[in-house]
Amino acid sequence: MDGDATLETAASLVGVVAAGDLTARGATREALDRVIRMDASLGAMVHVSAERALARARQLDEAPPAGPLHGVAIALKDNICRAGEPTTCASRMLTGWAPPYDATVVRRLEAAGAVLVGKTNMDEFGMGSSTETSAFGPTRNPWQLGCVPGGSSGGAAAAVATGMVQVAIGSDTGGSIRQPAALCGVVGLKPTYGRVSRYGLVAYGSSLDQMGPLARTVADAARVLEVVAGPDSRDATCMDEGPWTWAPRPIAGMRIGVLTRLVEGPGLQPEVAEALAKAMAWYEAAGCTLVPVAMPELAWAIPTYYLLATAEVSSNLSRFEGMRFGLRREADDLGGTLERTRSEGFGAEVKRRILLGTFALSAGHQEAYHGRARKVRQLLTEAHDRVFRDVDVLLSCTSPTTAFPLGSRLDDPLAMVLSDVATVGANLAGLPALSVPCGFDRKGLPIGMQLQGPRGGEAIILDAGHAYERAHPWWTARPPVAWDLQPLAGGTRA
Amino acid sequence: MSTPWEAVIGLEVHAELATRTKIFCGCPTTFGQPPNSQVCPVCAGMPGALPVLNAEAVRMAALAGMALGGIVADRSRFDRKNYFYPDLPKGYQISQLAMPIVSGGHLDLPLEEGPKRIRLIRIHLEEDAGKLVHRGSSGLAGATHSLVDLNRAGVPLIEIVSAPDLANAEEARLYLQELRLVLLTLGVNDGRLEEGSLRCDANVSVRPAGTLALGTRVEIKNLNSFKFLQKAIESEIQRQIRRIEAGEPIVQETRLWQEDKGTTVSMRSKEDAADYRYFPDPDLPDVVLDDAWRAAVSKGLPELPAARRERGVAAGLSRSEAHQLAGDPALWHLLETVVGHGTPLRDAARWLLGEGLGCLADAGLDAEAVLDRAGGFARLIELVRAKRLATPSFRKLVRDVLVHGAEPEALAHERGLWLEPDDGSSARIVDEVLRSLPDQVAQWRSGKHQVRGFLVGQVLRALKGKGDPATVGPLVDRWLETPTAD
Repeated sequence: MDGDATLETAASLVGVVAAGDLTARGATREALDRVIRMDASLGAMVHVSAERALARARQLDEAPPAGPLHGVAIALKDNICRAGEPTTCASRMLTGWAPPYDATVVRRLEAAGAVLVGKTNMDEFGMGSSTETSAFGPTRNPWQLGCVPGGSSGGAAAAVATGMVQVAIGSDTGGSIRQPAALCGVVGLKPTYGRVSRYGLVAYGSSLDQMGPLARTVADAARVLEVVAGPDSRDATCMDEGPWTWAPRPIAGMRIGVLTRLVEGPGLQPEVAEALAKAMAWYEAAGCTLVPVAMPELAWAIPTYYLLATAEVSSNLSRFEGMRFGLRREADDLGGTLERTRSEGFGAEVKRRILLGTFALSAGHQEAYHGRARKVRQLLTEAHDRVFRDVDVLLSCTSPTTAFPLGSRLDDPLAMVLSDVATVGANLAGLPALSVPCGFDRKGLPIGMQLQGPRGGEAIILDAGHAYERAHPWWTARPPVAWDLQPLAGGTRA
Repeated sequence: MSTPWEAVIGLEVHAELATRTKIFCGCPTTFGQPPNSQVCPVCAGMPGALPVLNAEAVRMAALAGMALGGIVADRSRFDRKNYFYPDLPKGYQISQLAMPIVSGGHLDLPLEEGPKRIRLIRIHLEEDAGKLVHRGSSGLAGATHSLVDLNRAGVPLIEIVSAPDLANAEEARLYLQELRLVLLTLGVNDGRLEEGSLRCDANVSVRPAGTLALGTRVEIKNLNSFKFLQKAIESEIQRQIRRIEAGEPIVQETRLWQEDKGTTVSMRSKEDAADYRYFPDPDLPDVVLDDAWRAAVSKGLPELPAARRERGVAAGLSRSEAHQLAGDPALWHLLETVVGHGTPLRDAARWLLGEGLGCLADAGLDAEAVLDRAGGFARLIELVRAKRLATPSFRKLVRDVLVHGAEPEALAHERGLWLEPDDGSSARIVDEVLRSLPDQVAQWRSGKHQVRGFLVGQVLRALKGKGDPATVGPLVDRWLETPTAD
């Protein structure tokens, strides 16, 4: 069955199972098989729940197929809570912790017939753009094992790219779904802030975080969003709207804004610029109008993002103090226990961000840093709103470069941060954004194109992405590792 | 030689709201349950859990704000107050800093010489923390370890901050008592200081009498009874005066009242104060309230204690009677229910205070428990007012009517207590009795008028309980004042 195209997308798999040509159990076995054979060389998964997944698949086979994800293998980024299953955020701090409750997305996925097969690797607590800050060791890019998969949802992107699962659920605070999707050649969707309940997502930057799908195709991403979207009485920041649905519409006449600084010029890898230029030419030929957009305010996006995200992190991660769950390192007194637990539990990048955020909120600095960042965020939001009065979608690169070599940016936090230049805007403004594969560079590494929409405008970016994907089925290309099943000599896992 | 000093006092009162469930989750708020039995991922601060605001807590806070004359904000906001402590599961408390739900307001102290207005600065909503139980010692000092009970974590609180308008410890105590009564009357707090559902901190400073500049302020915590509040403030005022007169500076600090030592002791100085790094909580949207919502909430405003007392006095009650009745919302409710059956407020109040309360106390009942007996109680009063029953008969029947729910008419019939319509028989018996007591009559006539009580008593005895002192007294007087026939 390996390599059978019918198993590659959720849509086709649901059809095959519904037709009785394959059981949910068979599909689940296939997924688990791929994990076993491929993950030793990738490090995409941090926890595999094989027995639970097979038991669930057996249950599904006994009932008539009903849900839109019946039998689809899905992996969760390891910051999404599932009752009774380890949820570590790839941090030593949460070693051994299993939440007693399900995230809302987990309940919705299971109700739709999904089979949850395990948890994917990530940058510790979501802080990073390469999945190298994981306490479990890095995930490797399936297209070139010496490169990073992007991050922080790097494990999720690698698992989807290699077909271990049809879909993974990631989280995106500054690009953490879209950038790894681009670097691994899959589709990644960050929905509008409030579209998907955050209940059960271990918070990084609460005002920026949003969960969304990584999938092989745009239609699969939409199918999963239909399942997980919608109001939730457990998350007060959810949009108060009815169910979200999508049916593709033609794109002729669409006005596509092009963020000029993010499709060409310095900082952009030339092959990325070339791929985007071709995509833009195709859109124009398909009847769309291209509108150059400057948006100088975007120059503030990175500093604004880092002030707000780190401030929120410094507060969100306060609960990890060794009293009720996770790591506890005893000392002589309360202060000592707190200090030891947090010193040993958190990695360097997490500590760096907690310190930055604590400083930005501290007395005497709060107004200059956090206060000003909130004002700039408001300006950025208004700038985006203005642009979307004139255009339907905004096109740019997802990442200015393709995947970079493992370790190449670890000692240069600023370079790492600049990987997010194209993606943080959507988080600050709360907008939906999609990354779609749009080609390969000379080294054979995937390139991603980002399509951003107005608040609540998932449908239009999916329309644009879907039309492009049908004409350019890059997703059917497979990373060499999917066939090269030999584990790397020496292994990569910590 | 010594300067006269005056104290400047402001109070911060934390009141637990009487909601059924916690402020950000569905856990019950019942007091005294087994440790950690009322806890869920949200109030335990589990990773990934999110707060959702309890609308009833907002309503109660707004109701308190309206009753205290404050402005209920169109838009208020929750902030995170960040600090580490094991009773604080998230490492931050959700509170309100910059945009509280209520601004301004006032509370009038019911002083003998007339009300004194104490201004309020604000009322804000926040969540309570859990509780630490120290082991190996009676307190934190010397404890070997501490246990955490999160049942209280997430119980809704309002913090009511007064202006520094209180002049002495007595006023501070009165303020807390009156505030407690207002909240109790509104039904937003159960008033139980001993259970910690109402807690108080005081800010105290002193300055030379008549000057305007404020002295250095000291915050006193742990004032969990009216007595402690008053004693702690008195002691702190004296401590500050002693220091100033000895030429020592007052340090801005937080002090704890220690009952066993009868004094406050230093807890932490301003330099040790935490930087709470407040910022808006991104998990909670702003609370937006409009006029229609406020109008609906204000419909639930009951008559407040001050107005009740005023109405009681206007109806002829003494100041202390009015205070006693308005001081117990359940009792006032019973009174209103009796009045609702047609009894004038003054009569209902007098009979309740004179007879009703004693019966309830003996039976161990709360006024709220006998509300459905208010009709019988009202009829019993009416029978006395109509002179169908004698006053002593009221006393004989009231327990059965109020505590056991007996029908007053049936009971009076059964026990043969009806007063006969006066066909002249009372006058005849007065005549007979007084004639049989010539010595006492002679004493009265010689000016020893205190013997009248004895004579009335003898007539009532002869009437075997069917006589009413209110009727018999005048008959005796008339007989005595009539020149003797013989």
